[in-house]
Amino acid sequence: MQGILAALLNSLEIGLLLFVIAVGLNIVFGVLNVINFAHGGLYMLGAYFTYTVVAYLGLPFWPALVLAPLAVAVIAVALERLVLRQVYGRDVSDSLLVTFALLLVIDDAVRVAWGSGIHVVAPPPSLRGTVDLFGITYPVYSFFVMGAALVAMLALWLFFVRTRAGRIVRAAAIDRRMAEGIGIDVPRVITGVFALGAWMAGAAGVVAAPIRAIAPGMGDRVIIDAFIVVVIGGLGSFPGTLLGALVLGLIYGFGGRYLPQINLVLPYLGMALVLLLRPRGLMGKGAA
Amino acid sequence: MSEAAALLSVRGLSKRFGGVRAVDRVDLDVAPRETVALIGPNGAGKTTFYNLLSGRMQPSAGSVVFGGRDVTGLPPHRISRLGISRSFQITNIFPELTARENVEVALTALHGKALRLFSRAAGDRALHDEARALLERLGLGSLAEARAGTLSYGDKRLLEIAIVLATRPRLVLLDEPTAGMTPEETRGVVELVRQLARTGEYTFLITEHDMEVVFGLADRIVVMHRGAVLAQGSVDEIRASREVREAYLGEPDD
Amino acid sequence: MARAGESVAPVQPAAAADTGRARGARLVGALLAALLVALWLLPAWVPYFYVFVATRILLMGLFAASFNLIFGYGGMLSFGHAAFFGAGAYTSALVLLHFGWPLLAVVAAAMVVSALLAWAIGAFCVRLDEVYFAMLTLAFGMMVYAIIHQWRSLTNGSDGIAGFPLGNLGLGLDLQLADPAVYYRVVLVVVAVAAFVLYRIVRSPFGLLLAAIRQNGERVAFCGVDVRRHRLIAFVIAGLFAGLAGALFAPFNRVANPDMVHWTQSAQPVLMTILGGSGYFLGPFFGAAIFVLLETWITTWTEHWMLFLGIVLAVLVIFFRRGIFGTILDRFARRQ
Repeated sequence: MQGILAALLNSLEIGLLLFVIAVGLNIVFGVLNVINFAHGGLYMLGAYFTYTVVAYLGLPFWPALVLAPLAVAVIAVALERLVLRQVYGRDVSDSLLVTFALLLVIDDAVRVAWGSGIHVVAPPPSLRGTVDLFGITYPVYSFFVMGAALVAMLALWLFFVRTRAGRIVRAAAIDRRMAEGIGIDVPRVITGVFALGAWMAGAAGVVAAPIRAIAPGMGDRVIIDAFIVVVIGGLGSFPGTLLGALVLGLIYGFGGRYLPQINLVLPYLGMALVLLLRPRGLMGKGAA
Repeated sequence: MSEAAALLSVRGLSKRFGGVRAVDRVDLDVAPRETVALIGPNGAGKTTFYNLLSGRMQPSAGSVVFGGRDVTGLPPHRISRLGISRSFQITNIFPELTARENVEVALTALHGKALRLFSRAAGDRALHDEARALLERLGLGSLAEARAGTLSYGDKRLLEIAIVLATRPRLVLLDEPTAGMTPEETRGVVELVRQLARTGEYTFLITEHDMEVVFGLADRIVVMHRGAVLAQGSVDEIRASREVREAYLGEPDD
Repeated sequence: MARAGESVAPVQPAAAADTGRARGARLVGALLAALLVALWLLPAWVPYFYVFVATRILLMGLFAASFNLIFGYGGMLSFGHAAFFGAGAYTSALVLLHFGWPLLAVVAAAMVVSALLAWAIGAFCVRLDEVYFAMLTLAFGMMVYAIIHQWRSLTNGSDGIAGFPLGNLGLGLDLQLADPAVYYRVVLVVVAVAAFVLYRIVRSPFGLLLAAIRQNGERVAFCGVDVRRHRLIAFVIAGLFAGLAGALFAPFNRVANPDMVHWTQSAQPVLMTILGGSGYFLGPFFGAAIFVLLETWITTWTEHWMLFLGIVLAVLVIFFRRGIFGTILDRFARRQ
């Protein structure tokens, strides 16, 4: 019983964090029609910046939560303006190739800037330690991760449904040309959305920094996971992303515990199964 | 017309998008070798109707029977193989291939050579001749080796008709074939369709906005409005119909 | 040199185009023959180091050309092509290690395995459009990576498989495959034959339809072609040739390890093809040559090869979309 509870909590923690990462990817896709392969790299930069803030600038964890995602967003905007914008209007393949190139660059740039070793960041003092819950001991910080993800989810939902800016983004996502026609500054919306997606990836990186090994290649793992989430949930669907993230979280949480020999392969099997039954994902924009 | 005689038999065909009925319970019969014109204001559902017939979209309800066979909801390539071919409102060709190669794509599929991996496409004399003959028939003979993307708009539309004919259809759906063409090009297309109709090999369903084309070609006219069939009949009947005038042409009866 | 799906002489009177094209083709044919002869004689002229480099170029060139079948000709951008390369490499290593078959039999087995894998993966991927396709191929490629990592009993996990002996070639030919020059020549012959077969496929009716599908998949469907099946077959052929390259690469590399299946390995044929030019049959081979030579040079003064790779890829996609080979050919054609 306790084993199941622990696995469930793990699943929730992993799933909710994955949601934050994957939703940024999905939002960017909705407006740009491009899958940003470098999204995992932005997450990784968030984690590395956290390390820099804590280890080099000597600041506590909380300022990192503000500074690091901002830095990531700034970098992302620069990349969008300088690099990605050059291939708008061309074949989708060109945009995919360019974001893939950015992934390669970020992956190695991290090695250049911080070395190939593993770095560690401790959780902030207020969130250290564990709680006893129904007979199991569970880290406090994990609850923080889940809480932060839920806050982000709520904020995002409010943004899209309640604010004018959110509605503009949704309009641009549905029909870019029509949005231009009614006077929306689409290039600015695109940059804004890209920045938002990057900010979320960076923030996820900050939140994940204390519980993951900060090392080159942490972005690769995450981007694959984000892909699996959007494939399972369906590209372009917000609730689908949540569903997909939770499903993947469950696969990791329970698979890691009960099927360790094949735990690395389980997510792909799950993805393949979903694709067999519903090629566009559980809640994806269906084909006619 | 009895259902047995009809080449195409559509019953209760509908397509809903959310709350909107783009195609609303359409009943239609098309006899072999007929030329039927489908007219109606923009948004009447003509193109959606074509999409349903050709397999590009799945109907929400209703049935399509072609040559005695239920083809409702089949994928486009199966419907094409069964003998229905269509042109598109926005010209749909292969811009980087030559005009001849464009037609050869359809011919390759027709002759079952799509999966030939090791023979040389360039060496198939018979195929080249067949393609060139078809292009000649449409007046594109001199442009056979030109890259399709460099052709004029009117020639591109003719090329698409060539591709459509290359699949040897029994029923040809033309979606606004003369749209954007010069008057001379339009006359050319009208004459072409008339000639083809005379051979008795094809049945035509044509959507058009140009009334002269419609009156010049159609044996029968079907008027669509808001997704449903408003009226159908001979050219004279439709011309005289008050309903059609009001709905479509928007003028009060003189 | 025929561009993918395009005739060489666009708007010219038919007769002149024919002799112009025929003359061009003969010239290219003669150049290629000369190139092959020069390549055959290479070991006699250069130190062994360059024989290794040349072997690598040939195999990566084939790998990239197999990728270009589905990318440049078929319009499908796959980021998981290394899965088939790796499948070929591992099959080769395992069969040599456990059964010691002659190389040609080993290679045949590897091709079968990678073709089956391509069939399985392709069945999921070709149903969906570009963006999904790119994501899925990456994901499935990493799935193969995960399988290889975890199936330690078969693949030895992250350590990889080494120490497999190289027997003889097969067909009764008694060759010293352990000699790099001999192995190089075997690779040269196999790659040349494979390239020829691939070229025939590209110029076949199947290839014509594939090019048409890239330009306008919907139109092809409306001509009565099952586009999904066509794409799948192309995907399987591409996987088969990638497996061939991998199968010959394993003995050359002396080890088969999971890195061969990582997505960074999948990036290589992508980059080589873009580098050389995706619209030309020989583009990927030239791209492979430039890539391998660049990498050999650059890794002597930095280990940050991926950074350089990424920058080059971005620059190429933005400014030289037709590739180096393609850009040169364009300048040449324009001047004529």
